[in-house]
Amino acid sequence: MDLNTSGDALAREPETVDLAVIGAGPAGMTAALYGARSGLTTLLFERLSPGGQCATTEHLENYPGYSDSTSGFDLAMKMHAQASAFGVRTVTEEVTSVDLSVTPNLIATPFGSYRARTVIVATGATPAQLGLPHEDELRGRGVSYCATCDGNFFRGRDVAVIGGGDTAVADVIYLARICRKVYLVHRRDKLRATAIYHERLRQLDNVELCWDSVAEELVVEDGRVAGVRLRNVKTDEGRVLDVAAVFIAVGMRPNTAFLAGDLELDQSGYVIADEMGRTAMPNVFAAGDVRVKELRQVVTAVADGANAATAAADYLDWRK
Amino acid sequence: MSEVISSADFQSKVLEAPGKVLVDFFATWCGPCRMLAPVLDEVAAENAAVKVYKVDIDQSPDVAARYGVTSVPTLVVFVDGQVVNQTVGAQPKQNILALLNA
Ligand SMILES: Cc1cc2nc3c(=O)[nH]c(=O)nc-3n(C[C@H](O)[C@H](O)[C@H](O)COP(=O)(O)OP(=O)(O)OC[C@H]3O[C@@H](n4cnc5c(N)ncnc54)[C@H](O)[C@@H]3O)c2cc1C
Repeated sequence: MDLNTSGDALAREPETVDLAVIGAGPAGMTAALYGARSGLTTLLFERLSPGGQCATTEHLENYPGYSDSTSGFDLAMKMHAQASAFGVRTVTEEVTSVDLSVTPNLIATPFGSYRARTVIVATGATPAQLGLPHEDELRGRGVSYCATCDGNFFRGRDVAVIGGGDTAVADVIYLARICRKVYLVHRRDKLRATAIYHERLRQLDNVELCWDSVAEELVVEDGRVAGVRLRNVKTDEGRVLDVAAVFIAVGMRPNTAFLAGDLELDQSGYVIADEMGRTAMPNVFAAGDVRVKELRQVVTAVADGANAATAAADYLDWRK
Repeated sequence: MSEVISSADFQSKVLEAPGKVLVDFFATWCGPCRMLAPVLDEVAAENAAVKVYKVDIDQSPDVAARYGVTSVPTLVVFVDGQVVNQTVGAQPKQNILALLNA
C-alpha cells in the first residue's frame, strides 16, 4: 500500500503569488497579515500547526497588553485567525528547498512547488542538541528537550538538566517540584539566567549545581538513559550522575538548513538581514528569531514580521 | 480531530484491528503535541486506509506505560495489532507518511 504522498500541487504548474512567508510563528503570521492586508496574494507555509514556539509557551508574561491569563497557544491561534481573515492561505507543508536564483523564486515542499515574487523567511529556531553520542536514539528514552512535556514521567526520580540560561533554570525549578533530586550541569561557574531565577533557585533544597562541568557521555541501561558522565573542565575530574533523564537546554538553533547557501548566514546560522528584514537579495527578507538580533521574543518577532512585509510590498511597488 | 480512545477501547480499536493504526500518545498540556495535532488530522483525512487514534497519557497511564512512553508526543504504528514503528516529537507530514510506509 502506498500512501497519498502526492498532493494536488505536484500535478499542476506551480502557482505564482506576490508573497510567500515560510514559517507560521508570530513573525510569519504577522508578516502574512501585513502582506495580505496591503493587497498581496500571500501563502504562509508551516510544517506543523501555526504558532511556532509561541504556541508551546504556557504563560506569556511579557507580551504587552496580554495578562498571564492568555496562554501563548491562545495568542498564536488568534494571530492565525486574524491573518486568515485577511485572505492569507496557509499551506501545511514543510519547505525543503528554495531556489532564489530564478524569477519568480521557486519554493519546494515534499508535496509540490510554488512560485513567489517575494519571500519572507520566518522559520524561527528549535532547541539545539548537545551532540552527545546516541543522543538522537535516546530521545524519548530519557533524553528530552522539553521539561514541561516529559518531566512528569520522571516523578520521584533523579534527573539532570544541562545548560545555564533562562530555559535551563526554569526547567530546574519546574522539575524540582516533581523529581527527587535535580542536578544542574553548567560548563561555567556562573549562570547566564536572568537574576529573578537565581533567587528562586537558591530556595530549592533538592537541587545540586555542578559548575564547570560538561556532559560527555550518556550512560545507557536496557536501551534507556541510566546516567550521564560529566567532566570538570577546570580539574579534568570525571563524575557519573545516576539519573533517569537528561533534559537538554543549551540554547536554540536557527531553522535555516533548507536555505543551503542561498542566503548569507552568520556563523551560528542566523540570516543576516537589517531591521527591515532586508537580505542581500532585494526580494528576500528575514523576520523573527531566524534573523541576526539581540532579543528573541514574541514582541520582537511580530515587529520584524510587520517590517519585512512592508519592505516586501515596497519592493513590489517599486518594480511596477 | 482524531478520536481520543480510552484504555478500555485500546484492545478492540488498536490491538485487534486489522491493518494499520497510528496511535498518538499525547497530553493536553504538551505544546509540541498541539503542534502535531493538525498534521495528524491531515494524514488521517487523506489516508482512509490508516486509522489514527490518540491516547491521553493522563487518562490512560497504563497504556502509555505498556509502550514505554516517556516523552510526548510519541507516535506508534501498529499493523494487525503488532508494533512496527515508533517515533517521538512533533514532525512534519512527510515524516509521518514515511513512518507509516516503512
Ligand atoms: C519554552 C519557551 C518559552 C518562551 N517564553 C517567551 C516569553 O515568555 N515571552 C516572549 O516574548 N517570548 C518567549 N519565547 C520566545 C518566543 O516564543 C520566540 O521568540 C518567538 O516565538 C519567535 O517567533 P518566530 O515567528 O520568529 O519563530 P518561531 O516561533 O520559532 O516559529 C517558526 C515557525 O516556522 C516553522 N518552520 C520552520 N522551518 C520551516 C520550514 N522549512 N517550512 C515550513 N515551516 C517551517 C516552525 O514549525 C515554526 O512554527 C519562548 C520560547 C520558548 C521555546
